[in-house]
Amino acid sequence: MSATHTISDAHDHHHGPAKGLTRWLYTTNHKDIGSLYLWFSFTMFLLGGTFALVIRAELFQPGLQFIEPAFFNQMTTMHGLIMVFGAVMPAFVGLANWLIPLMIGAPDMALPRMNNWSFWLLPFAFSIMVSTMFMEGGGPNFGWTFYAPLSTTYSPPSTTFFIFAVHLMGASSIMGSINVIATILNMRAPGMTFMKMPLFVWTWLITAYLLIAVMPVLAGVVTMMLFDIHFGTSFFNAAGGGDPVLFQHLFWFFGHPEVYIMILPAFGIVSAIIPTFARKRLFGYDSMVYATASIAFLSFIVWAHHMFTVGMPLAGQLFFMYATMLIAVPTGVKVFNWVATMFRGAMTFETPMLFAIAFVVLFTMGGFTGVMLAITPADFQYHDTYFVVAHFHYVLVPGAVFSIMAAAYYWLPKWTGYMYDETLGKLHFWLSFIGVNLLFFPQHFLGLAGMPRRIPDYALQFANFNWISSVGGFLFGFSQLILLFVVIKCIRGGKKATDQVWEGAQGLEWTVPSPAPYHTFETPPDPKLIHAQ
Amino acid sequence: MSNDVSPQNNKIVVRKLLLAVVGMFAFGFALVPLYDVICDLTGLNGKTGGRVSEAEAGILVDEQRVVTVQFMAHHNAEMGWNFEPLIAQLSVRPGEVNIVSYRVTNPGTDVMVGQAIPSVAPNAAAAHLNKIECFCFEEQLLQPGESVDMPIRFFIDPELPASITKLTLSYTLYDITEKSDNVQAVAVR
Repeated sequence: MSATHTISDAHDHHHGPAKGLTRWLYTTNHKDIGSLYLWFSFTMFLLGGTFALVIRAELFQPGLQFIEPAFFNQMTTMHGLIMVFGAVMPAFVGLANWLIPLMIGAPDMALPRMNNWSFWLLPFAFSIMVSTMFMEGGGPNFGWTFYAPLSTTYSPPSTTFFIFAVHLMGASSIMGSINVIATILNMRAPGMTFMKMPLFVWTWLITAYLLIAVMPVLAGVVTMMLFDIHFGTSFFNAAGGGDPVLFQHLFWFFGHPEVYIMILPAFGIVSAIIPTFARKRLFGYDSMVYATASIAFLSFIVWAHHMFTVGMPLAGQLFFMYATMLIAVPTGVKVFNWVATMFRGAMTFETPMLFAIAFVVLFTMGGFTGVMLAITPADFQYHDTYFVVAHFHYVLVPGAVFSIMAAAYYWLPKWTGYMYDETLGKLHFWLSFIGVNLLFFPQHFLGLAGMPRRIPDYALQFANFNWISSVGGFLFGFSQLILLFVVIKCIRGGKKATDQVWEGAQGLEWTVPSPAPYHTFETPPDPKLIHAQ
Repeated sequence: MSNDVSPQNNKIVVRKLLLAVVGMFAFGFALVPLYDVICDLTGLNGKTGGRVSEAEAGILVDEQRVVTVQFMAHHNAEMGWNFEPLIAQLSVRPGEVNIVSYRVTNPGTDVMVGQAIPSVAPNAAAAHLNKIECFCFEEQLLQPGESVDMPIRFFIDPELPASITKLTLSYTLYDITEKSDNVQAVAVR
């Protein structure tokens, strides 16, 4: 975000950033790399969003209007892959880079050069992935879950490139997490004990461990696919003694922790924003930490709830059903803590707070539909319908994505030194809020009525809800251009931001000047500045 | 707890985490045989076990009980062979040995190799269907136009849960001509 202004701060007695393009290529500065991650993520968000709009345009009416079914399948697949691996995950890594050193009083990330490498793998990974769409036979068309044998026996020739791209982004995520863990364990300022760390740091520490645990399993799965496709093995091929169901077990062993990887940092962000604008301390800090750890642990023992319909013994169905429902307990602790933080607070409703409150409400709705899906007998009805689509979009869009936008508005003044345009920010929020609900709420009804997901055409009785959903989709999609405009406007100038920026803001990042100088905390902060949470 | 930026400290953390990464990568692969073991033990996914010796059958025949076994045949979309059971279903007593046959014909003009994969529904019955002899234990090589009756000798374990009165044994036939070692034999001929 600091792309356009040069640093000439009095606090910056060391060298500033290098000039030109090489600054970004060679940078080892956590703030530069954070900005790179965030801009990359936003680019991918617009690209994945464009694919989503192609899907919504096709589904505006029954019948085939614009695109062939084969291309439609590529659109659903690429939309999912780009949003998960290209937009949401890099955005959180970007925020981690910018904020974790500032929050714990460290001068930079622990391994700055690896930090550079883990970012620069991503543009290559996604160039490879997107380029498959121009290859013979088209890009991946088997859904973001790439179930075998669709992704092995029946996959387009470009699948090999897809596998390589997944390997690259997996390597990037693993290096990013190693960096986060090393930073948090080794570089906290004196006085910054574990139980004084801001929740964003806590949630990222746990997320990083999740990534270390499951990204290698994903790498293993795609490696097995590669072997099945090219080297005649039969991991997922029944004819050779393998089993396609094994793929689903392996994938979801990665996949379920993965969905928490995309939400835990969001919990951290909201836990930072709500106390600021409620002007109260966060209610139940300790319980928030333990709840996060419990959710992370439970995420490893619930994977089979994604595959109740493959046929599993009753005992298995019961185990995975109850284990899944158990997750609602620590999640409920969090939601109640946020509500209790707001209770009797002196609340104001600036844009970050609006996004954070919308997060609490809409994420909870997505959580409730998750509990519905956990009920095994009911899941047989909901499985692979638009109800599932509605559920995970509610937790990911007004969940994870809203939290990222809240974070962007909240810390933008610290990054750029200027206040953003509050009127435009509020406009962006309300259009997004209305758009996202118009977009996804009708999909619950579509799913309950039996509309399957991943189809380019549908029966006539689904026409009305699809029409509403598409209108909401375009409203939500184009509203995001306001965010782009607000961010660029804020970088170029505006009202000068104070160091604390927000009246109720607590934490080390608000003790450094705005914009944050290129180098911060080269000498550790005064331990008196570190407060109990 | 302090500003311990010493490279040694980072090195230790990185080494431990890299070890965890390698360990989890290996764990992903270890899940493959683990999955097979669990499926064997529990009969999950309707997988039937390997060859069972005939001596284990016939000792205890449950005369009081009759179980219906249905036979089904599928062939994979790319498999051109005709494949069907000679009888659709059979009533058997748990413990007694029965023989049924599947007829398979290669209507094409090429020598082909096929492999049949069994599946039992309900899954809980899979571990109780014991095969003394089965064509699914071997690859099948058929000359163009050749037709073969392939037998299965099996018995139902008397310990089959009482709630199961009917089970389905289904075979899916796959074309494995390209992967098979028999192809070399075909090429020599």
